[in-house]
Amino acid sequence: MADIKPGMRLKSAVCATEIMVVKATADNLDIRCGGEAVVEMAAEGNSGADIPAAFTGGTQVGKRYVNEEESIEILCTKAGEGALSQGDTVLGLKESKALPSSD
Amino acid sequence: MNTLMLLQMAAEAMGDRVAITNKDKSLSYQQLYNSALAAAKVITDSNCEYVAVLDISSFAVPIAMFGAAGAGVPYVPINYRLTEDEIEQLLARVTPALLITDTEKANRHGDNTGTSVIEREQFIKQMTEADAIDTEFPMDPDQIAVQLFTSGTTGRPKAAVLRHNNLVSYILGSVEFMSADEDDAAIVTVPPYHVAGISALISSVYSGRRMALLPDFSAEAWLELANREKISNAFIVPTMLTRVIDHLVEQGIEQVDMPHLKALAYGGGKMPARVIEAALKLFPDVNFTNAYGLTETSSTITVLGYEEHREAIASTDPAIRKRLTSVGIPLPTVEIEIRDPEGSVLPANEAGEIYVRGEQVSGEYVEKGSTLDAEGWFPTRDAGYLDDAGYLYLEGRADDVIVRGGENISPGEIEDLLLTRDDLLDAAVVGIPSDQWGEAVAAAIVTKPDASVSVEELQDFVRTELRSSRVPEKIEFVAELPYNETGKLLRRMVKVQLADA
Repeated sequence: MADIKPGMRLKSAVCATEIMVVKATADNLDIRCGGEAVVEMAAEGNSGADIPAAFTGGTQVGKRYVNEEESIEILCTKAGEGALSQGDTVLGLKESKALPSSD
Repeated sequence: MNTLMLLQMAAEAMGDRVAITNKDKSLSYQQLYNSALAAAKVITDSNCEYVAVLDISSFAVPIAMFGAAGAGVPYVPINYRLTEDEIEQLLARVTPALLITDTEKANRHGDNTGTSVIEREQFIKQMTEADAIDTEFPMDPDQIAVQLFTSGTTGRPKAAVLRHNNLVSYILGSVEFMSADEDDAAIVTVPPYHVAGISALISSVYSGRRMALLPDFSAEAWLELANREKISNAFIVPTMLTRVIDHLVEQGIEQVDMPHLKALAYGGGKMPARVIEAALKLFPDVNFTNAYGLTETSSTITVLGYEEHREAIASTDPAIRKRLTSVGIPLPTVEIEIRDPEGSVLPANEAGEIYVRGEQVSGEYVEKGSTLDAEGWFPTRDAGYLDDAGYLYLEGRADDVIVRGGENISPGEIEDLLLTRDDLLDAAVVGIPSDQWGEAVAAAIVTKPDASVSVEELQDFVRTELRSSRVPEKIEFVAELPYNETGKLLRRMVKVQLADA
């Protein structure tokens, strides 16, 4: 697969999850969902294969997921059963401060 | 990255929710998304390189904007209040274009080389009735999403460029997906050619908040629509809020009974302190938010939240009370610096030019390219300062600073002082040519109808409260000040009037 760059849309190979890469400044990017490397939108996805317990937990649409250093940030554009990870390290939910609507 | 993706998410997650209402018609998120995809196909098939909209608000505006995003061409909303010549000149700068406009303008601008025209109602009908298509759209974050002609108070209007990365970053950084309640609704009064009109569309879609369009603003129509559509949120420019407040006061209303209205955001120009104070009293249960931003920054960069409004109006501490006149603190995704003319960063409480940095900041024009410096900072040409707590105060355009005998004088400081008086409605301070000083301070004043106030009285007031160099040498009483339709004071017109007076 092509290099992972900000702005790219990708999807899970095993579940319904779809994502967009917001930030990708870490080295050795290995973004996975449900334990399997994510694939391009045109590829075969959502195989329904069993997800290892370590990578369940699911994704929520509209939420952003980050690694500890926040060098990776992924927006979930469609929810699914698998959890996002960089290699074996599961990404955490990005905390965002609620702002009053200004428009 | 593409703004259409944000609408696609809304369509998938809440497709049946109403996205937009205009009079008695509505579109759901799914219908809006399907219409945008249909428009993207028409735009692609037309081989145009721009999609221009020369019109008031209607369903055609979001369909054209998201459709242009889907086709990967810039969306160019054009100010329909310009003269025919001005419109022709702008259209000539965006060819070949697909132009969406009303019947009258379609006939007038229809036969231009390079511009093919679709009449607005025809466009809406064709797109909303098209069969649903499923198609991929470009995801290049550097593609141009929107090209906006800035108001151009001097010379030819500049074409500011916002890329998909700028707008998507702004939305992701400031709006939580689907955070609106299903019953929430916002009035959209900002015209489509204003950056706030664009950000209102995208952030409403992303938050799942229904939009009710009000193409022709009047205080009565705004209040009527707010009640009829059970509006919860609205963004309003200062001149509009002033008209709403004046209308309510004329009706003898002391407290407004609008149980659905939760939040009012304002921005786009300077809000007189008397108006916001009156508004807080008339709407005691409404959360007020002040926002500051520019076309080149994809809209909002600082926000003064409702808690800060309440704290300020309740406080007896002048430093906290003063925050009602600030535009708040930067968004978490934005940095702000104040610099002197040599480019050195100034400490708190010292006024200079406002610089801003962040993913949402484009600072880019078609003509001169990027104006960001090597570290990504954009010089806004707005003057202002940050206080000790990081609140930003605006002091007008950097170009508006009056240089009197070598001393820099900010018009905003004098205007703010004058507007604390109960007998004045509005005030504009400008520099006029002076043989003695280079520039002299002059003021145009609007008094309350029943007030009697003399030039000497106002001069003494400024001398006592500020200092003698701030005293306007010339003061003219006028019926009203010139504003553009989004509430920006047309300072150059005041200057000409005062210099000639």
